[in-house]
Amino acid sequence: MNNKRNIGNIIGTVLKFAVLILGSVFTILPFVWMISSSLKTPSELVAIPPALFPETPQWVNYKEAWAAAPFARYFVNTLIVTLCTTCGVLVTTVLSAFAFSRLNFPGKKTVFSLFLATLMIPGEMLIITNYETIIKLKWIDSYKAMIVPWISSAFYIYLLTRFFMQVPESLYLAAKVDKCSDFKYMIKIMVPMNKSAIFSIAILNIISSWNAFLWPLLVTNSQEMRVLSNGLVRFQTEAGSSTELIMAASCMLVMPIIIIYLFLRKYIIEGVTRSGLKG
Amino acid sequence: MDKKSAKGYLYLLPSMIIMICFTIYPLIRAIVMSFLGDYSIINGSYKSIGFDNYKALFADPDFAMSLKNTTIYVVCVVPVSIMLSLIIAVLINSCKKTKALFQTIYFLPYVTSVIAIGIVWRWMFNSNYGLINFMLGLIGIEPIQWLNLPQYAMPALIIFAIWKSMAFNILIFLAGLQTIPEDLYRAARIDSTPKFRVFTKITVPQLAPMIVYSSVIGMIGAFKVYNEVFSLFQGKAGPANKAMTIVYYIYDKFYNSYKYGVAAAGSVVLFIIILIFTRVQLRVTGGNKK
Repeated sequence: MNNKRNIGNIIGTVLKFAVLILGSVFTILPFVWMISSSLKTPSELVAIPPALFPETPQWVNYKEAWAAAPFARYFVNTLIVTLCTTCGVLVTTVLSAFAFSRLNFPGKKTVFSLFLATLMIPGEMLIITNYETIIKLKWIDSYKAMIVPWISSAFYIYLLTRFFMQVPESLYLAAKVDKCSDFKYMIKIMVPMNKSAIFSIAILNIISSWNAFLWPLLVTNSQEMRVLSNGLVRFQTEAGSSTELIMAASCMLVMPIIIIYLFLRKYIIEGVTRSGLKG
Repeated sequence: MDKKSAKGYLYLLPSMIIMICFTIYPLIRAIVMSFLGDYSIINGSYKSIGFDNYKALFADPDFAMSLKNTTIYVVCVVPVSIMLSLIIAVLINSCKKTKALFQTIYFLPYVTSVIAIGIVWRWMFNSNYGLINFMLGLIGIEPIQWLNLPQYAMPALIIFAIWKSMAFNILIFLAGLQTIPEDLYRAARIDSTPKFRVFTKITVPQLAPMIVYSSVIGMIGAFKVYNEVFSLFQGKAGPANKAMTIVYYIYDKFYNSYKYGVAAAGSVVLFIIILIFTRVQLRVTGGNKK
């Protein structure tokens, strides 16, 4: 009886890992294939059967791809847009979450529900008129156009407000007695106490800005203003058939985020879980 | 009180300005634009006021196709992704040492640029040298013209989308599994209930709110699909427009055909669809809180 159950358990465990490993292979295969293809020679790429890894890694592909299009410039542009957007988001989010969680002002509930209501609006719907606004402001082809519309997020404000609410009100009252100003209280108490939540918001925003595609494509015309994702698509259509270079360029877009992910996994997973379960 | 009120709005000012300029104003403007015939965003001129754009929209076979494709996409991607994710999440949850490792692997697609990885999928779907056709060949299936034949455009898009969407679902289910009271499982163990019964009688009912939540989020996401189509079909909507989705249609009208009014009308339709799903979601999650 006991023996039978043991055998059943072993079979169960083997099956379990078989399914999990199969699923993992399915999940990481595109990444492996991207890296492996980026290091192959043109003839290795079209070889049948395809080899999982190239005989000698062609690192020169990266050098060639880097030189074939102004990827350095794209990289810097993406970095500027990502960092500025994220800093903006952090400032507006902390200020608003503080106002909603600690300050009293008339119409607070109404304004808060208005913020929440905007979450229902699909961003895809706003792009047409926002594009019109950018044209009217004469911001086409500028960093401003790529940054300013994205420096506030109702979603992150909602998320951080919930965190700020959990900080005991008594701390705030004590600070008031000590004649600590609201602003000082926010910077010295609220922000440090919620630093991991704020950090999660920052990383999630970095990821979404880095991967942004459609908006930067719409509001830029010149090559100098392109971000990586737009540059990659342009490179793909221009490079024509040289798949190994396209794969190398894709790696350049994907790898920085994967590296951030592997190091800061905890914050990212926690942030997405929190926003998923409570949003 | 007066001083206080001024202060509260001072803190809100930056985000309110952005929200009014780039969320509320454009929402109203898009609705207005949808009623202006032959509107031009260059000089703001229009020829008529009324339902012309909506008439044009619903008479356009491409829009009908985009609605149909989006529905196919929703019906195929969401249930399959949810079912697979549920199985994987339960299996990951039962691991001890390898739990973190599997969680890291399965979440990877979520953080990855759809554009870049879509280009990789495009290469894997290549009919002559693609990895997918090679693997299908190993089990005796003839090469499939994934990206060139109209009938395979949607299946290719759906496979890519399932791959992409599982990451979020698995994460949500894993978090949900932590909230199931251990007592339920202990009781099942004492009664030596078979594992499959534990899964159907305890795990699934306990996860029901998360399953509904993930489904609704998945459906809302599916209605907004664009980047996946763009990267898989190199900026087109697939052979013979067979992978045309709603958002693709809206951008095509707006960016390539300069039919701003029709694009705005399409976006209003999208907004209404999403609003309905969001209401459902709020009802479900709201009911859950009680």
